[in-house]
Amino acid sequence: MTAPLDRDAIAKRLVATGYVPDRDLAVALALMQRLGRPLLLEGEAGVGKTEIAKALAAIHDTRLIRLQCWEGLDRAAALYEWNYQRQLLAIRAREGHDARAVEAEIFSEAYLLERPLLAAIRQEKSPVLLIDEIDRADEEFEAFLLELLSDFQVSIPELGTIAATSIPHVVLTSNATRELSDALRRRCLYHYVDYPEPDREARILLARLPGIDAALATQVARFVAKVRREDLAKVPGVAETLDFTASLVGLTDLRDDPEAVHDALIALLKTREDRARLAPEVVARLVEASA
Amino acid sequence: MSPAAALPETGVAAAIRARLAGFVRTLRMNGFAIGLAESRDALAILAAADLSRPTLLMPALRTLFATRPADWERFPEIYRAYWSVRRTGMRVTTSGASRKGGLDIRSWPGPDAKRGEEGAPDRVTRSEAEDHAAETEDDAQSRRAGGSRIESLAHTDFRHLSDPSEIEAAHALAERLARRMRARLARRERVARKGRRLDLRRTLARAAERGGEPLDLVRRRPRRKPLKLVVLLDASGSMSVYSATFVRFMHGVLAGFARADAFVFHTRLIQVSQALRERDPVRAAERFALLAQGFGGGTRIGGALETFNRAYASRTLTSRTAVMIVSDGYDTGEPEILAREMARLRRRARRLIWLNPMLGWRDYAPAARGMKAALPHVDLFAPAHDLASLAALEPELARL
Repeated sequence: MTAPLDRDAIAKRLVATGYVPDRDLAVALALMQRLGRPLLLEGEAGVGKTEIAKALAAIHDTRLIRLQCWEGLDRAAALYEWNYQRQLLAIRAREGHDARAVEAEIFSEAYLLERPLLAAIRQEKSPVLLIDEIDRADEEFEAFLLELLSDFQVSIPELGTIAATSIPHVVLTSNATRELSDALRRRCLYHYVDYPEPDREARILLARLPGIDAALATQVARFVAKVRREDLAKVPGVAETLDFTASLVGLTDLRDDPEAVHDALIALLKTREDRARLAPEVVARLVEASA
Repeated sequence: MSPAAALPETGVAAAIRARLAGFVRTLRMNGFAIGLAESRDALAILAAADLSRPTLLMPALRTLFATRPADWERFPEIYRAYWSVRRTGMRVTTSGASRKGGLDIRSWPGPDAKRGEEGAPDRVTRSEAEDHAAETEDDAQSRRAGGSRIESLAHTDFRHLSDPSEIEAAHALAERLARRMRARLARRERVARKGRRLDLRRTLARAAERGGEPLDLVRRRPRRKPLKLVVLLDASGSMSVYSATFVRFMHGVLAGFARADAFVFHTRLIQVSQALRERDPVRAAERFALLAQGFGGGTRIGGALETFNRAYASRTLTSRTAVMIVSDGYDTGEPEILAREMARLRRRARRLIWLNPMLGWRDYAPAARGMKAALPHVDLFAPAHDLASLAALEPELARL
């Protein structure tokens, strides 16, 4: 592993990669590296949890290996699997050969399908391993993951134990659709990712949409912050704000063109109920308050 | 990196260590789960030049010690209370908080030391009677008396129980009933679930198309989501006679049901799953009492459900979740709100069960405005005034 970066260096590099961090995130990333613990990121959908892992890979200049979790995810899909079809063909092709040689052949690395977790511990340089939406995976898988995260070795019965060539930087994300086990929570550092404050969101907009007017970015960020406080079924995330703002490029003040703002709302509000809830008058009031 | 090596053993280091140990104790008392590894890492943080700066220490310790959103939110306050004003004003939760009205939790008995053998009797109440009888078998006469007393307990309305020992017996029975119910449901669940294995039979059948080579691998279908139960308990004054028993019942259900959540409501809604997951019933009761503190008068069932739908429904409800509301339906809020929120809840839950203790009363008709508004959305409306009616719930839950 490379020498740990200190917190200021991490903060600086994050900004250089185009990620606008919140105040304490750099501390969490510095700790993660120093203590060698995984980082658990929790927060609503759309607050940019996955972006953090991408930024982390960028500052370490390393690969990002991603494991998307889902209900029913098992070792075969996450760790490794034998390529059964190729094995069967190989057996058929070598019919009449020495059975033991054939067996040694088909249980060699060439027939092993590497899945994200195995790939992550077999890199030259420590990659960033993103285990996305761990709350969607089953509890059994969580327990298995816990074991892997403490030993960083995998035992494959036919091949033996594969030890890690490099310890990955592990980032887990959760939308809290299910309560995670205490064991996993304790193993990890924790960072709660909230919707960005207007200031930070405005800086994100400026970083991502170079053509945008600075005053508009501030106004949009304040407007979106107010929209998020309304009673919505689906609260808009940062990606929605970006889309919303992109469709307003050219404008310098939201008050100038209520119609354009209203049309752009389809990028911000994704359900019919939410659209109905934010009637034009309500939007006009929020826009006025954000100016 | 060993913190012992990083910090030379001086008076300063020892003082820091003691101070940190005190902080960890404070956090533990506030429900943080902190192990030795975390304490060791905290010392490493204090020894690291770039992170021990005053402005960075709080976020660093926060990311290390907090493990869930609620802890994350409370941490700065606890941190400030401990590190800056240490003398007073520290809001540390300790056990044995006193409270008025609502549930009388403190009258709960000691830990449930005895554990009945796990049988699967048809009539729960009778086996409980035998269980109980076995414990007092030194005296044949008292055994018989005990047996019949428990037998009748099953059909005694909770509000007619006055003798403390009877109340305790009913609580213990409710808890054990819940445990047994849970064990049996879990077994059915296991039998119904199948792993995502290769389906050999269908793989071989498919191989015929490929000249006998099993190239298309067929897998068993992914298994069903496990059963989940969410309980919403009314803890208002009109329910107080029943609530204590139900808290015990909820504790029993939650104790091993991997997926269950519990909430209590009165004028507002509070999640109590964590508190009730405490293994020791007495500590669970204490934590529960602490959470239920500050409940004022009046019941806003509609408002409580609204909170649930907005803040908790998306993370607690799955397509295989049963929602159980335990309430007498006396709502001081608007019935329209209750009806609307019940409809929303009904759309998201697999089944909606409403247990009303008053339904067991001989001449009760659900006339309360709230109850009337809620009824059209309920799948099962059942009495829950005695142990027999609780036992009768099991087949209902199994049909989910």
